[in-house]
Formats: sequence, C-alpha cells, structure tokens
Amino acid sequence: MEAKKFGGIEILSFQECEETMIKLKNKIPDVEASKNDPRIKLIMAKIKKENYRPDALIEILHTAQNAYGYLPMNILVFITRQLRVPPSRVYSTVTFYHFFSLKSKGEHTCLVCTGTACYVKGSQEILNKIEQDFRIKAGEVTPDNKLGLQTARCIGACGLAPAVVIDDEVKAKVNARDIKEIINSKMGVPV
Amino acid sequence: MNRHDLKVICEEVRNKKNQYKKKICVCCGAGCLSSGSEAVLKQLQEEVKSTGKQGEIEIVPSGCMGPCNQGPLVKVMPGNTIYQKLTGAMVPPVVKEHLMHDKPVEKLLLFADSRSKPFVNAMEDPFYKKQMKIVLADCGDINPESIEDYIVNGGYSTLEKVLFQMSSEEVIAEIKHSRLRGRGGAGFPTGIKWETVYKYVADQKYVICNGDEGDPGAFMDRSVLEGNPHRVLEGMAIAGYAVGASKGYVYIRGEYPLAIKRFELAIKQAKKLGLLGSNIMGSPFAFELEIRIGAGAFVCGEETALIASIEGKRGTPRPRPPFPAESGLWGKPTLINNVETLACIVPILHRGGEWYSEIGTPKSAGTKVFALAGKINYSGLIEVPMGMTLREIVYDIGGGIPNGREFKAAQTGGPSGGCIPKEHLDTKVDYESLIALGSIMGSGGLIVMDDTSDMVDVARFFMEFCMDESCGKCVPCRVGTKIMYDLLCKICNKQATPKDMQRLEELAVFVKETSLCGLGTSAPNPLLSTLRYYRHEYMNYINQAQQEPVH
Repeated sequence: MEAKKFGGIEILSFQECEETMIKLKNKIPDVEASKNDPRIKLIMAKIKKENYRPDALIEILHTAQNAYGYLPMNILVFITRQLRVPPSRVYSTVTFYHFFSLKSKGEHTCLVCTGTACYVKGSQEILNKIEQDFRIKAGEVTPDNKLGLQTARCIGACGLAPAVVIDDEVKAKVNARDIKEIINSKMGVPV
Repeated sequence: MNRHDLKVICEEVRNKKNQYKKKICVCCGAGCLSSGSEAVLKQLQEEVKSTGKQGEIEIVPSGCMGPCNQGPLVKVMPGNTIYQKLTGAMVPPVVKEHLMHDKPVEKLLLFADSRSKPFVNAMEDPFYKKQMKIVLADCGDINPESIEDYIVNGGYSTLEKVLFQMSSEEVIAEIKHSRLRGRGGAGFPTGIKWETVYKYVADQKYVICNGDEGDPGAFMDRSVLEGNPHRVLEGMAIAGYAVGASKGYVYIRGEYPLAIKRFELAIKQAKKLGLLGSNIMGSPFAFELEIRIGAGAFVCGEETALIASIEGKRGTPRPRPPFPAESGLWGKPTLINNVETLACIVPILHRGGEWYSEIGTPKSAGTKVFALAGKINYSGLIEVPMGMTLREIVYDIGGGIPNGREFKAAQTGGPSGGCIPKEHLDTKVDYESLIALGSIMGSGGLIVMDDTSDMVDVARFFMEFCMDESCGKCVPCRVGTKIMYDLLCKICNKQATPKDMQRLEELAVFVKETSLCGLGTSAPNPLLSTLRYYRHEYMNYINQAQQEPVH
C-alpha cells in the first residue's frame, strides 16, 4: 500500500499522537460555547439524530466534511468525545476511506475521473496537462489555496468519458487542450 | 393506508393522466444532466406554456434512456421519437413542428454515425430493437421523483399481492423457480440465498441493498437508483417479508449524490403513504429502511467489508464462513443483494418465475444490464437477454467502433475481470462462458477498446487500481499487488527480463489462490487474461528491452 492511500499524510506514531492531542487541547470546540457556530450546530444535530451511536460515525463524518470542506483535527477529537469512542477508531476510519480528507481541498476543486472508460479515452493526458499548467500533483492544493486537484476511481459518467468534475459540476467529453481554460473560467481568472 | 387505497390512488392518477394527449420525457439521469438537460427541461416547460397546451402535453423529467453520450435526450410519446444532443435553442422547433403539428424534426433525431439513416420511431433503431428491458422497463418513462408515477405503472401492487396472498415460502419458491442469479458479479442463485436467511431463527434480521458500485466503467446501479428508486425499494420490502427481516439498509456510493437524493425522497414518499413503517397496507408486516453513504472504498463492495462499513468501521473483509446469511450485520442473519437483483424481484413476482426462467440461457436466466463505454458509437446503458453474443452487443446495439478503427478487446468485470479478444466476439454472454474465457460477468461494465489500446498498459492500469484499493488486511493481496504492479511498470518501461515475466506469472497464480477476499483473488484476472490473449505484446516489450539495454 502506498502512502498515497492515506491521502498523502504520514501515519502518526504514539508519541506524535500524544503531542497532537496536547496541541489541540484548547482548540476542541465546546458545545455550549460554540452554540452559534452553524457548523458545530450541524454536526451536533446529526449526532443527536443518530442518538450518539458510534456506528453512525461515517454518516457524522460526512456531515462534518460537508460543513468544513475537509476534516480538521480538532473537529475529529470533538466527534470522538461526543461519541465516546477512542481517537484511534475515528482516525483509522477517516484514513481508510478515500472520500475523507484531513487537509483543506482548496477553494475550487478539480476532480479528474480515472475510471476505465475515461482512461481509454485519454484521462491521463488531461491529468498531465493540469499538473503541468497549474504546477500541482494529484492530491495537492496550489500554494494560494485556490485550486485543489484530485482523481476519482470512477464517477459513473462513463458515457461522457473523459469526464472532469469542477466544483461539483460534471464536464463531459473534455479535451486536454481546453482544460486550462475551463478551470480558469470556473475560478474567475481572466483568460 | 390500507390495500384498497392503493387502487384508489392509482385510479385518481390515471384519470389525471388521461387528459394528456402527448407525453414528452426529458432525461434527467446523471449523464444527461451533465450535458445540460436541465436547461432543456426549463425551456420546454416555457415553450409549451406559451402555446397554451400545457393541459394536453405532459412533461416528465425521467430517468436514463440509454445512449448517454448522445445526451441530452428527449423522448416524445406516442411514437417513441427520441431527439439527441438538444440545447435550449433547439427546443422551439421540436415543440412547434412535432408537438403542435406531428411532424418530427428529422435533423435532431437520435443517430449514431454508423447507421445509414435515423429512425423516427427510436424503438426500430437496433440500439433499442435488440434490447429487452425488464429491470430498466420504466426507467426513462416515469418521473423517478414521483411515487404516483410509479404507482400508476403498477408499482407497489406486487408488494400488496405478496403481503396478502403469498406466504414467505411461496415467495422464495417463486424466486427459486425464476433461476435468478445475483447480479453483483458472483452469480449466486438468489432464491437459495433468500431461503438460507429465511431458515435461520433470530429476533432480528436485516436486508441490505449493495449499491457500492465500485468497478470503474460500471454505472448500472447508479442509473437504476436514479431512474426508478421505488422499484428497488419495493424489491427490498418484498425481500424483507420473504426472509423475515424488519429493517433494511441501502448502501450507496458517496460518488452518487443524485442517486442518494432520489432514494432519500423515495423513502420519504413511501413512508408518507404507509408503504414503509409498521402495518404496511394494513398487514402485520413492518419494514424500516435507512440509507448508508459509502465513503469511497472499492473493497466495500465485498459483503463482509460492506457490513463493517455500515457498522461505522473500517471496511475490511473477514473470512467466511460464517456467511452473512448466518451472522451478518451486528451478528444477525443478513440478506445482501445487489441493486439490479432487487430490481428484478418485482417483475418476477408480477409475471411469475416461469416467465423469467424462459428468458436467457439454460444456466443464466433473465436479462443483464450492461454499461457500454469506451471506443464505441453508442455508449450508455443497455439491457439484453443472457446469451446474446458480444458481436451483437458491440456492433448492432453499440453501433460499432468510431473513426473507422478496428475492434480489439472488450473488457468485462472491471478490475476483477478480463479482456475478451476479437476471435471470441461470437461468444454468448452468460456467467459460465465468460469465466471459460478467463473473464467474469461482473457487475456489468463493458468497455470496448480499439486497436490503439496497449494491452500491457491496460493490465498495469487495473493492477494499480487493485494495489491502491487493497485494504491491507491480508499479505498476498497487500504485498502481491504491489510487486506485480512494479513488475508491470518495469515491462512498460522496457526494462524487464524474461525472468521477470516468469516471476509475474507465478505471483499472479499465488495471489489468486491465497488472498482473503474477492478483491485479492480476482486482482490478477486482467493480467492473466491479457497474458493469455496478448502475450506477444508483453514479449515485444521484453524483446525491445533485450535489444536496447538501458544506460
């Protein structure tokens, strides 16, 4: 298994875990104090709806990621405490699934489908072009946090291959020549 | 509601629909939506309104119609005329000429380059003519977001029949008689699975619908969930009644937001009408349904991994036995069926197991939905009777290979399957014949490759996929896929020796035989099948490596 599997983050050693927890100590949201934070409200509503059941962990993580765009460490610890499960359980689940990200995905996201149909129709070429044009690799975010580049296993739009999803909008039959323009126009960059 | 209210609703809706003279369906499947069908729908509504005939023309935002790459698609009924690649600007002529004056607009008709002329009645196009729609029967004709549309087409009447006229044993006997096999890939007889779960005595049993369609190149489950969610819901309720389960979970991939949205809506509508919950239609049967959203792990398509994921854990498989039928979710007897399998239940019980068993081949009954994609003129969703040849699927239905290129291979079964070469184009597609060719039926992805495809690179592509998606629990899969991937890269980079080839082949067999779950045991399949039919391509790389040593 490649390190990539874990979204590009290294696995924490025991000591690092301890240190992380100490560092986060004052950053864990308090339910009472963050009553007015809509994101915490959303997460708490979901947790209550699921009756604090640990088996709803993945559902709750989905809600948290929708609220924040990614899963900040302090929010993970917050969820851990609410559900009364060990942090290792939450951390291992988060890092197992591709969908969850521990890092910000950028203001705009560009997701290149690398499923079989898209592969046959040249998705690699598109990916190479983006990596070249924006100087980022798949899984990375540009230094100004404007654009994050990701790949997907298959988004199930095979009839429209090769497909690219930019900010939740599916672009069909994309040509590598046009991709820079498509992304720039989405980001509002004048061409 | 009780059982008779269903008929009342059906009558009411039918009377309302009878006032319409024409029906126009706009495909709002994920494919057409991304091609811009929403704008077409809006334009159409405005255009029809401006003619003042909105009382006569019914506009239906429907599910997938099939040829996704020609989208956005619009179908006019009666007459089954399909228009392709519509934009807002093309809507006025369709409304003026076709809807007002019954003159189809020739230049906008559905048409693939390989056909000599377009068909006014799309059902005469070989793309539709050769198909047999059972699972997809209402998909593309009804509004998936309206339970009334489903009911007026006979929906939930099968559930009513089952609840009041059949015992669990009779339902199971009918399914066994139909010879339906699991459509998720393995092809296990569905009736026997149901019977096994039914026989275990427990205070709680579960039904799970596996919608974690992970194979790249497959989108059948997505289209069924998006195009006709109530059909799957009704199938699950019947399954619950048959095996004695009162709780069901639908596991849908996180990558399919539209399918999740439509299924959530379907559950809400069914609950409101009392088709879910306690005392369904006044019978003692109770059934609850909940959605679980996947988080992007291919291995979760494996049943024990999927159960772990529903329990909120890492999705790693465990050894079987015990099978989920005995000890599944929370250790209780659990029935897991694929989306397509569950979508077959209603037509089987409606028309009888005998009828279904006569379709297809002796060992594989019924129809199969395929997602046709890759280098082919019509790519999209098709449903054919088992036993149709690959040639018919690729050339008649799919319209052949574009740009005048040659057919090279058809890839079935995704990363667990293999490639079928040109010389086997006349093979009849069923579970056994595909296994004999070194591939599998799989969930139904069918990717066509032309002569520009490099088969060694294809094998490398799938091995990279399996390596990445290996959950890491068992050694053969975790380490084996990585070593095989490295060796394949070495071959592609023209650095491999004949000894590497030998090592690769040995390892492939080893991983196949010793891995814990289906992901590992089938990971070498694409490699083995390309080795079987395209060994010369591998040898070319090796020979080139010998001739031009690196450094």
